[in-house]
Amino acid sequence: MADTRQADIKHFRLPDAGEGLTEADIVQWKVAVGDTVKVNDPIVEIETAKSLVELPCPFAGVVTALLVAEGATVEVGTPIIAVDTAPGGPEPAPATEPVTGANGRTAVLVGYGPRTTSAARRPRRAAAALQQSVTVAPDTVAARPESVAAQPESVAAQPAPAHALAKPPVRLLAKQLGVDLTTLAPSGPGGVVTREDVEQAARPTGTASGVATHHVTAHQVTTVERETRIPVKGVRRLTADAMVTSAFTAPHVTEWVQVDVSRTMKLVGRLRADRAFEGVKVSPLLVVAKALLVAVQRHPGVNAAWDEASREIVVKHYVNLGIAAATPRGLVVPNVKDADRLGLRDLAVALNALAATAREGRTPPADLAGGTVTITNVGVFGVDAGTPILNPGEAAILAVGQIRRMPWVHKGKVRPRWVTTLALSFDHRMVDGDLGSRALAEVAAVLEDPVRALW
Amino acid sequence: MTVPVVGGPGGRPPQPPLVQLLTPEGERVEHPDYSIDVTPDELRAFYRDLVLVRRVDAEATALQRQGELGLWASLLGQEAAQVGSARALAPQDYVFPTYREHGVAWCRDVDPVTLLGLYRGVNLGGWDPAEHNFHLYTIVIGSQTLHATGYAMGVQRDGAVGTGDPARDTAVIAYFGDGATSQGDVNEAFVFASVNNAPVVFFCQNNQWAISEPNERQTRVPLYQRAAGFGFPGLRVDGNDVLAVHAVTRAALDRARRGEGPTFVEAFTYRMGAHTTSDDPTRYRIEAEVEEWKLKDPIARVKALLARTGQAGEEFFAAVEAEADRLAEHVRSECLAMPDPEPVSMFDHAYRDPHPLVAEERAWFAEYHAGFEQSGVDESGLAAAAQAQR
Repeated sequence: MADTRQADIKHFRLPDAGEGLTEADIVQWKVAVGDTVKVNDPIVEIETAKSLVELPCPFAGVVTALLVAEGATVEVGTPIIAVDTAPGGPEPAPATEPVTGANGRTAVLVGYGPRTTSAARRPRRAAAALQQSVTVAPDTVAARPESVAAQPESVAAQPAPAHALAKPPVRLLAKQLGVDLTTLAPSGPGGVVTREDVEQAARPTGTASGVATHHVTAHQVTTVERETRIPVKGVRRLTADAMVTSAFTAPHVTEWVQVDVSRTMKLVGRLRADRAFEGVKVSPLLVVAKALLVAVQRHPGVNAAWDEASREIVVKHYVNLGIAAATPRGLVVPNVKDADRLGLRDLAVALNALAATAREGRTPPADLAGGTVTITNVGVFGVDAGTPILNPGEAAILAVGQIRRMPWVHKGKVRPRWVTTLALSFDHRMVDGDLGSRALAEVAAVLEDPVRALW
Repeated sequence: MTVPVVGGPGGRPPQPPLVQLLTPEGERVEHPDYSIDVTPDELRAFYRDLVLVRRVDAEATALQRQGELGLWASLLGQEAAQVGSARALAPQDYVFPTYREHGVAWCRDVDPVTLLGLYRGVNLGGWDPAEHNFHLYTIVIGSQTLHATGYAMGVQRDGAVGTGDPARDTAVIAYFGDGATSQGDVNEAFVFASVNNAPVVFFCQNNQWAISEPNERQTRVPLYQRAAGFGFPGLRVDGNDVLAVHAVTRAALDRARRGEGPTFVEAFTYRMGAHTTSDDPTRYRIEAEVEEWKLKDPIARVKALLARTGQAGEEFFAAVEAEADRLAEHVRSECLAMPDPEPVSMFDHAYRDPHPLVAEERAWFAEYHAGFEQSGVDESGLAAAAQAQR
């Protein structure tokens, strides 16, 4: 090509926007290919484990390529955008030039941005296989999992660990025996290469391929034979931590009750037809929420928190009613602030807004904080309840099962009635069986006869 | 639980008296105890300081987001508290900062680029404290108040207090935040300073948030009132009012230099940004609070006063803006050009004099590093270091 113009394409690599973060999600691009950008113009919004941040452009020029898609999870150090810093010629050169990301610094532990200079350390005597093309972008690696198991050579396309973990004496031994630590499958705890690993590798037995297959340690989802490994991060990680904390600090008790909610269903029908509720979506969950609020009002002890530091039970005189919601980002529990002060219609509006926002994955952090008691509506999945785990810091959580027609003894005769199962888990440190049972019975009673809410 | 709006209208107990000489709208007001005569030149100089300091801060934040700094603690919103107080210092006065005093550093003639070295991880401070009478940044919360008190007691013992010689009498100023007031070190410093009548000014920038911990979780009384319990005066000043901060700090420093002991100045301000670039304030504070403090911006009110009183015109503002851009470019290019330090350099300043154990560790470390193969990098530095130790 006789292009006289020398395009000067520069790549911006995903920096560590916090301290010691190794990856981030690309939320939204603020620029498009062909846009002219100045230094510090915002180019992309990313979400890390710590925060949502906007990244400013380090170059001035014309955007020639966005190298990662919105929604992608990208490792720190991955080039995310290409900018031609010497634009003005005919067409910008396609940004397909290889970028040496794989062997450079990838997992940044503290602070510093990714390294682009030639100072990257390479292991001594890299195995021939590993010296093959390491220019494959990390995300394409994950896309071809089967071939990993089938052909050990293709493992070379994985980003090789830049730095093997081993104690200094083991390093010395490896050096003396001429073994490259980075080609070994570490057997020690935390991925540390042990003396045995080195000695075994030095033995002249040809098990190279067997060793190599253990090398699949990429951070992406990797499918090897019959298992899929999914990295635990983001909301999943938070959920896991919260559930473990809750399950192992608060002694849970769960009680169950089946209840005839036919009158509640009738009430829902009436509200739907009522002009005051025009334009408002009314569901049985609304009545369940109201029933729980009534129960809380009559048994405030279930709307409480355990303060370990001061050895106090903190009974809340307000109700921030949490609703567990399955969202594109995973399980979140946004809450309606001061739900006990809302009339039925306002409560319906608030619940609908909460659900809609959560489904779009746009729940603001403030909505997630400060909940006092929670409802989880597992019935929408067609099951009859379960043993819910407390939202950390709360004393009680109510699970609502599916509402279905069941044979039920009504006024001395077996009738088809609308029946559901309620399950209330409570923190037995704060809530005795007596209190928990009364609260659950109250919820059930209100659902059986919503008029009780007026008492 | 809802977070109350600090300093907000309604729903809050009345706020204690606040020394103010320039309102958020840019109106000059008088105060019975503190007054200031500020010439047009001085006012313009304040404005320039405020704008340049903010610009450096913004550039550093951007550099962090571009992976060029490991971390940055933004001073956004606290420019007046820092510039106003630091401009009241005499050359012989000595400053003990936290890690956020970029505006104070500016007034002590520390090149902003130097500050970035620490946050880029290429040095451990990088400026000579004795050259600027500006101590190295202290990361540990509040411990510098003890250092300041000790230094002030040294000044006292040198007889550099109460002589009446303005070139000799020395004051010390310790900067810290609202969160630090909960630290033992700070309270110990108050005790020592008080009973020894040390010439130190405790300058607290109450920016309302100790990372995610609001003021009301730290104290039941306004912070300045704590000084009374230790036996020295305290007062609250509008930390976003550069003139009031200047007047109040000047008086406190004068008092210290005269040998009348410590003063607690609570500069009531607001951290407009995150605690550091690793923090996300939207997780714990409400946007309405930030919006409210935007109206109290420390720079806007000085600009309003300058413009309305005809002490500066468009060409002045444009010139400062252009200077800020040049300064930002200087900070950016110098930051990117900072060389990575040799790994062994971390041993350089462990002790002032040669130390056998450090020398041994240094040699081991150099050898350990030499055990890696480098591609395209000059290893002579490491090799030489290893050689030198043998």
